[in-house]
Amino acid sequence: MSALDRPALPARRWVWLATLSRLPVMVSVAAGFMLLMLFVTVFAQVIQPYAFDHVDLMNRMTPPVPLAGATWAHPMGTDTLGRDLFSRLLVAAQTSMLLSILGTCLGAVMGIALGFLAAHKGGLWDEVIMALVDFQAAMPWFIIALAILAFMGNSMAVFIAIMGLYGWETYARITRGLVLSAREQGYALAVRGLGAKPRRVYLHHILPNIAGPLIVQLTINFPNTILFETSLSFLGLGIRPPMTSLGQMLGEGRDYLINAWWLAVIPGLVIFLTTLSMSVLGDWLRVKLDPSLET
Amino acid sequence: MTALLRAEDLRKSYQVGRGGLFRRARRFNAVDGVSLTLNRGETLGVVGESGCGKSTLSRLVLGLSPHDSGEITFDGAPLPDEGSDDWRHLRRRMQLVYQDAAGALDPRQSIGTQIAEPLKIHNLPPERAEQALADVGLPQAMAARHPHELSGGQLQRVVIARALTLEPELMVMDEPVSALDVSIQAQIVNLIQDLQQARGMAYLFVSHDLSIVHHVADRVAVMYLGQVVEEAPKAAFYTRALHPYSKALLAAVPVPDPATRGRAAPRIGDPPNPAAPPTGCRFHPRCPHATEQCRVEAPALRDFGGRRAACHRIEELSQ
Repeated sequence: MSALDRPALPARRWVWLATLSRLPVMVSVAAGFMLLMLFVTVFAQVIQPYAFDHVDLMNRMTPPVPLAGATWAHPMGTDTLGRDLFSRLLVAAQTSMLLSILGTCLGAVMGIALGFLAAHKGGLWDEVIMALVDFQAAMPWFIIALAILAFMGNSMAVFIAIMGLYGWETYARITRGLVLSAREQGYALAVRGLGAKPRRVYLHHILPNIAGPLIVQLTINFPNTILFETSLSFLGLGIRPPMTSLGQMLGEGRDYLINAWWLAVIPGLVIFLTTLSMSVLGDWLRVKLDPSLET
Repeated sequence: MTALLRAEDLRKSYQVGRGGLFRRARRFNAVDGVSLTLNRGETLGVVGESGCGKSTLSRLVLGLSPHDSGEITFDGAPLPDEGSDDWRHLRRRMQLVYQDAAGALDPRQSIGTQIAEPLKIHNLPPERAEQALADVGLPQAMAARHPHELSGGQLQRVVIARALTLEPELMVMDEPVSALDVSIQAQIVNLIQDLQQARGMAYLFVSHDLSIVHHVADRVAVMYLGQVVEEAPKAAFYTRALHPYSKALLAAVPVPDPATRGRAAPRIGDPPNPAAPPTGCRFHPRCPHATEQCRVEAPALRDFGGRRAACHRIEELSQ
């Protein structure tokens, strides 16, 4: 078994390296930035020079480094309470990333599961699930989220649930269609003909075969989820002080745009770069994974 | 001894297009009253043009798609409902070999995993996978490969090996070699025959290629527009076919002899639309011997001493 296997391995590794070196510049930069964001998400507490909520009233609103009056003690400056902006940015990025990842995954799992259920059961199940999909797509979810958060108060669980519900319907719709067509493919029929139960056909054969488009949908959905989180936090209904997130920082800095513009611009820039990087990566993946788009 | 497989007046129709608000959807009968029996260890060849219902028939007798009416018994018991536990257990005893071997394998799983899969499904000893791979003449090293790395002939061997792991009593071969090169066809046909001798499986061998059926079958059934028009032991069929359609099919088999070149077989044109079959004998628009009776009255499948045929004029024509 291994005699034929062995020479194939180095070749594969080499192909992978070659692909990496041929990446478009935009994609490499985007991938690099996303890796940085992931690093921050994991190690924010290790890198931060100060505690993110450490107040230092003697050093309020110092500007970031290239500007006059800046100190290297606070390379990105401080806010109105003298808290180190760099430390706050790290923790804010961590919170936003964690929430968005969690929300995206929740939405994906729920949507994919319901899509499979609709395709498998058919009939009434299918009708009800697809009606729910249409409801969700037709609802102004942002407004509803505002209302729910306003009434139910500052609960992390509710906030995460709302993030998870955001965008599940696209997964459900895509999954249902993909499963319906994959189920009629030769390999799925063949496994069924071997006596496999539906669960085995769906999980072992159909899911891996339709994973490509779903992963692409994940990368398309992720930037939207980040924007969703930051918008809610910006409005003061998501992450609230003393906790912080990118949107919350942006909302706090909004009042000082004239005196200390960096308080809003720096977190805004991070939001912009994160969503842009993820979109670029998603676009690139979509072309890579969809054979019909390849030239 | 009871027959391994018996089908009685089997019917299956499919909807063509969609019904409108004021008209019903049209249906066509893919399989229209087929009866056949298959004994243990025997090979029944089913031949006919494309669209005559051969593939539908093979899916019906395996219970892979439900039939509209008629009866199928396997080893004396009627087929259980599709998808039930009994139905799943029965998969161990009857397997299908596909025309499109590449499509019947999961592109993302290794050959070894796929051959071992039926054993996992039915809790059987995993050693059988290696044995099956050896039985179809593939090296064990193949197990680590993925389907796209294999040739068409190798893929068909893999599909056969996967079915063999279950040690079935009945294998339905739906055009197992028609997608392969001629040189590979011979290898696979020989493999299929060797396996039958070693294991005593019964084959329902569906093909449009009369010369291959001649090679493997014990009996031959000819299908035309969803019906069996003739069924006979192989020797009798190939020496003297009774039905005009069988004769036309046999005459169309290419002969590898330059002396006969130019003596083309009589052309009988394309088959009619199966959704709107002709009245009377379904073959009459293409039959050189059709009479007024053929246009009006459908002939029954009659017994002619160990063989059956459906034609009004067999007695006259065979004189």
